[in-house]
Amino acid sequence: MKISYYPGCTLKNNAKNFEDSTLCSLNHLGVDVEELPRWNCCGTVFSLATDDLIHHVAPIRNLIRVKESNSNQVMTLCAMCYNTLKRANNRVKNDPESLEKINNFMDREKVDYTGDVKIYHLLELLRDEIKFENIAKKVTKPLKNLKIANYYGCLLVRPKEIGFDDLENPVVLENLMAALGAESIDFPYKTECCGAYQTVDKPEIVADRAYYILTSAQEQGAEVVAVSCPLCAFNLDHRQKDTLRKYPEFKNIPVLYFTQLMALALGCSKEDLRLDLHYIDPKPILKEKGLI
Amino acid sequence: MRINISRTKIKDDFVAKVEEISGQNLLACYQCGKCSAGCPAVSEMDILPNQIIRYAQLSLKDELLKSKSIWICASCLTCNSRCPKGINIAEVIEAIRLILLRKRQDHLRVEKLTDEQKENLPPIALISSMRKFTS
Repeated sequence: MKISYYPGCTLKNNAKNFEDSTLCSLNHLGVDVEELPRWNCCGTVFSLATDDLIHHVAPIRNLIRVKESNSNQVMTLCAMCYNTLKRANNRVKNDPESLEKINNFMDREKVDYTGDVKIYHLLELLRDEIKFENIAKKVTKPLKNLKIANYYGCLLVRPKEIGFDDLENPVVLENLMAALGAESIDFPYKTECCGAYQTVDKPEIVADRAYYILTSAQEQGAEVVAVSCPLCAFNLDHRQKDTLRKYPEFKNIPVLYFTQLMALALGCSKEDLRLDLHYIDPKPILKEKGLI
Repeated sequence: MRINISRTKIKDDFVAKVEEISGQNLLACYQCGKCSAGCPAVSEMDILPNQIIRYAQLSLKDELLKSKSIWICASCLTCNSRCPKGINIAEVIEAIRLILLRKRQDHLRVEKLTDEQKENLPPIALISSMRKFTS
């Protein structure tokens, strides 16, 4: 299987561990990944205003890049990129007037966009195309005895029109973790917002959110938290510094991308896991479980 | 807090503007409060999400434009997904923010961020914050 890949800004620096672990895993799963040429930032957030068409130009341009590479489908890893690309695509697909205006806005694009690119989140691709039972067969190092809290955040599941799982109780990550041999714990904060971009000028709000989300996960026995969004990862991992300052009884917990856990189970090397890019070091718990 | 409700105020173009930008019918709200019950950010808010809708119906423009809440909402869309009347509350809050941003009243002053605040921030954080909080 071959798929076009849209990385987005953060995958190329802070979230290099997300990208490297994904590429290694997909290589093990026999997927041929082709990064889009000349991709640009998706804008990170979908514009919620009815009259704000100009902000949909950036995601639509990326979908034109997909067409130019002779493909009709594209995969993203970042929950925010996924949300923005998919919602912008839905907007133009369901509204011919918006589509025409956006095509008219753009200059020097050889192809007129028609709304026909399918946007996959990696999890959707793993579940529906590759299938979890096939992933289970490729596991060389089952994540035995590792208790995982799967944190979805907001934009992977909401709004309903773009989500590929239940709005209130998604299970795709739990099912993937089961295929990898890990045990998932259930906790009530798995789709609660981490504070998102408030982290820039109001990190104290994020420190509070991280406290509630991570404490709840730990109370249910979680040893690590799995995430699928680089902003959630930053807020839940790096902001633990602020959380600890505010709540001295708080206990740190490592936060990993779900792809790092998958790569570990599929036998990827340490260069692909990039466990050095975390604020809270995940190595001690993984060593304790005999996984690294 | 004293709130002044008047017929002239309700006929002010603020209500129409919020409805136009958000694409939402404010009068569909029957104040069940489900949006505020599920909002993860209410502890930081001065006007709760259901109250924002009520204030917008009554065109309480000054109260809304000065409120802390419109900058606390991070568009997590929990309210939208739970509203029994299908109102997109996050879109209404976005519209109120945009009324200020379109007059170049930015909420985030990027140039005033200290080195400590910018430390290790991933691009995704800075870009989304600028998209939501600056014009």
